[in-house]
Amino acid sequence: MLDDGLSPMAGGTDLLVPGRKAAGRGVALLEGLPGLDGVAMTAQGLRLGALASLAALERHPVIRERLPVLAQAIACLGSPLIRNMGTMGGNLVTASPAGDTLPALLVLEAVVELASRDGRRHLPVAEFLLGPGRTALGPGEIVAAVRIALPPPGASQHFEKVGRRDALAIAVASLAALIVRDEAGRVVEARLAVGSLAPTARRCPSAEAALPGRRLDREALLEAGRRIRDEISPKGDLRATAAYRREMAGRLPLRLLTLA
Amino acid sequence: MNEPMDIAFRLNGRPVELTTDPGRRAIDVLREDFGLTAAKEGCGSGECGACAVLVDGTARLSCLMLAAQLHGRDLTTAEGLGRPDAPHPIQTAFAVHGAVQCGYCTPGMTIAAAELLARDPAPDREAARRALSGNLCRCTGYVKIVDAVLAAGAALRGEES
Repeated sequence: MLDDGLSPMAGGTDLLVPGRKAAGRGVALLEGLPGLDGVAMTAQGLRLGALASLAALERHPVIRERLPVLAQAIACLGSPLIRNMGTMGGNLVTASPAGDTLPALLVLEAVVELASRDGRRHLPVAEFLLGPGRTALGPGEIVAAVRIALPPPGASQHFEKVGRRDALAIAVASLAALIVRDEAGRVVEARLAVGSLAPTARRCPSAEAALPGRRLDREALLEAGRRIRDEISPKGDLRATAAYRREMAGRLPLRLLTLA
Repeated sequence: MNEPMDIAFRLNGRPVELTTDPGRRAIDVLREDFGLTAAKEGCGSGECGACAVLVDGTARLSCLMLAAQLHGRDLTTAEGLGRPDAPHPIQTAFAVHGAVQCGYCTPGMTIAAAELLARDPAPDREAARRALSGNLCRCTGYVKIVDAVLAAGAALRGEES
């Protein structure tokens, strides 16, 4: 069916909205296909089926315990009704610069499992997201799952979203963080990713490099924020100006003081 | 227009069948083919919750579901929660607490509340507000609606409210 130009449909919360690219065109329902749903524990970590609902993932005990940055990101996506229908795979394939799960998947270094009639291949999320609404999906290919290796139990994780309101808000700016510290509280590894501040959700390697060896104090976090500002390319839209986004981007890391 | 498809599902406790274009929206099937008008189209894009129905016990937006997705499912609309002569405790609580003004959002609110109370029989105010955060009321606000949901929870737990 994909050969006929039909759009594969998971939860439908984006695809069926009037005015979107697939509205009025045919869709191929993925629901019910084997191997696309549910969460499985593997030797490498968690495999989140592409059709797993965001609500199911938000409530999953292992995700809440070990991937809180993802649980937090999902909790502020859309509304409970949207999360009951929307899926992990759908949020990826929609590839919105503001997709709420995407910064979280980037700091978790998640890998996308792509499937087609010719077999499967795996791509890091950063390589899967090419631009607004553009992904590395080839013709006849679907997202089958997302694979995430569990971070070390001591890693601190946080997701922060700025929106016009809590529910049903498209992010003005967002930040996902995964920080590993030593016993003295000094950063060993920092992973930072932002949403709504560039054509895709993206990691901020220069800001990440500012943190190792330091404590998560105000100075260190403001330095990371300055570097984030240099790494992004925010646009203005009806939700916020580019200048406001740049200002917020530099301030978001201060929320990590709550981890200190 | 697609080839018509035979669709069989449970609707408010009864098995039903129809043959229709699988690409029609579920809300249109409910309203036009079954005359069930509780689910309402507010925004048509998933932002208002007025079209919410329970699908296998989970609250979903019928404006973003296709007829084909109904096949094999167990659907409950607000009409299936209770009837005017035998209302569901949630519906009674909405009436008693004055949680209804124009009524357009009410069926969706009661569906979202039904899912919440099935999952969490004793929610606090914050949990109720979060559970209803995808259902918009443009008349009057949410205080009485949240009051009603909490009272319905108490009633379902067999407590005095």
